[in-house]
Amino acid sequence: MRGQGKFVERVLFLLALSAISSLILITVFIFMEGLPLILHTGLKDFILSSHWAPTKGYFGIFAMIISSLLVTLGAMVMGVPLGLACAIVLAEFSPERVKSWLKPALELLAGIPSVVYGFLGVIWLVPLIRNYLGGPGLSLLAGSVILGIMILPTVISISIDALSAVPDLYRDGSIALGATQWQTVRRVVLPAASSGIITAIILGMGRAVGETMAVIMVAGNALKLPASILDPVRTLTSNIALELGYAAGRHREALFATGIVLFVIIMILNLSATLITRRR
Amino acid sequence: MRLDPRLSQRLVKTLLWAMTGFTLLILIFIIVDISVKGLPQVTPSFLSQEPQDMGRAGGIFSTIVATAYLTLLAILLASPLGVGTAIYLTEYTREGPATRIIRFGAECLAGVPSIILGLFGFVLFVMKLGLGWSILSGGLTLAIMVLPIIIRTSEEAIKAVPQEYRQVCVSLGMTKWQTITRIVLPSALPGITTGIMLSVGRSLGETAVLLFTAGAALRTPTTLFDSGRTMAVHFYILAREGLSMPNAYGTAAILMVSILLINLTAYTLMQRLMKRYS
Repeated sequence: MRGQGKFVERVLFLLALSAISSLILITVFIFMEGLPLILHTGLKDFILSSHWAPTKGYFGIFAMIISSLLVTLGAMVMGVPLGLACAIVLAEFSPERVKSWLKPALELLAGIPSVVYGFLGVIWLVPLIRNYLGGPGLSLLAGSVILGIMILPTVISISIDALSAVPDLYRDGSIALGATQWQTVRRVVLPAASSGIITAIILGMGRAVGETMAVIMVAGNALKLPASILDPVRTLTSNIALELGYAAGRHREALFATGIVLFVIIMILNLSATLITRRR
Repeated sequence: MRLDPRLSQRLVKTLLWAMTGFTLLILIFIIVDISVKGLPQVTPSFLSQEPQDMGRAGGIFSTIVATAYLTLLAILLASPLGVGTAIYLTEYTREGPATRIIRFGAECLAGVPSIILGLFGFVLFVMKLGLGWSILSGGLTLAIMVLPIIIRTSEEAIKAVPQEYRQVCVSLGMTKWQTITRIVLPSALPGITTGIMLSVGRSLGETAVLLFTAGAALRTPTTLFDSGRTMAVHFYILAREGLSMPNAYGTAAILMVSILLINLTAYTLMQRLMKRYS
């Protein structure tokens, strides 16, 4: 019997390594495929040049890096206030009866596929921008708004966890001192939950940087630095998805190299989220 | 001049509720628009006919089959790995460096964007292992994508099983493995099912991963080595190339309604489990 126990434990340990080994495999393969190009072109030319003409041997992704960051920033401007508002309402202001249906309802947003967000963006948002604000409609702005909506579930659910983790004693103490409910939330609960909320924002950023299909559909995919929020942009993710289907040789390597840059950005975001959570 | 705290509280509360209402409205808008324009397209023949003329006409039968195969394969591969990981983390170890690395791996994997998974599946399964654009390549990559979901929900579910259950088993002379298989896992089953259902929902809606691993062939796949186009990929191609708006809406409606129903059921199951043991 003891022998069997040990055996089971070993097997389970091996299974438990599946996630971390997948992560290692992913890292190894993406780097193996992409690094040769970065070494060939030079890191500086790869990430600091905006000249992307794969058939002529130019692989510069600066404009895409900037576009990815701008779209993400835009998504934050839209998604963080909305998401935080929902989280505060759910965790602090709504009676249990309302919360019990409002929370699962908002979580449904997470289940809607990104292609559906992209599609509705094209049908509704893009014409709206084209007609009322000008430009082609397919734009940095459209991408930001759609991504802002898509990150809501991440921001909301992690912020709610952070707010709910603040002990009720803090709230009671503050109310007992004569503070209003909002003063309590602003001065006591939010500061106490701040590290969790920052984690929520960082993970939302990760979600936005990595999103592909919706951005391809609404952001316009133009290969230059945007001069205004109404200009079309191509993000790192779009670049990979648009060209992987037909790329070969150096061109394909360049797409994996684009993946490396994306991967590094995401890992930095994930690591900082983990570190912040752990410090708490 | 300072605003009266009670007045400012009322203003802020109104604003926050308005923002929450706005978010809810976005959700309702999405669901209503897709359902109103899409559900009328969903007829028995739409579901049972093969797509014709690149999807401009006909139904979506082959994409339903491809979606079912891919999702099933992903779940079959990821469930034992995910549940095994969760059992190891909850029953077999104390918190330490090993569990920290395992958890960190799962968390990071959850954060890897689907396009990166697509790249990875493409280079490893499609190219290096020579599996080509196929149900097998797609299913393997999807399995990696849903693994963190299954790990997280299973772990939560197993942790929710009261410690007393385990103590009673041990006092009756059961081994650890008997305790786990006969008592802990059955009690945690609703939670584990939740994880699996959420994974199905995630797989149904996935596009970026599958475009480069399972391909986009419109023929009904018959073996693991055939390429297959899922409903989500089909919808993407219909919408992007403007092939047929009615068919695009119809496909989107089926996708969305099934995902929402699956997620709602999963949520209810988990709530019930948590309530029973708390």
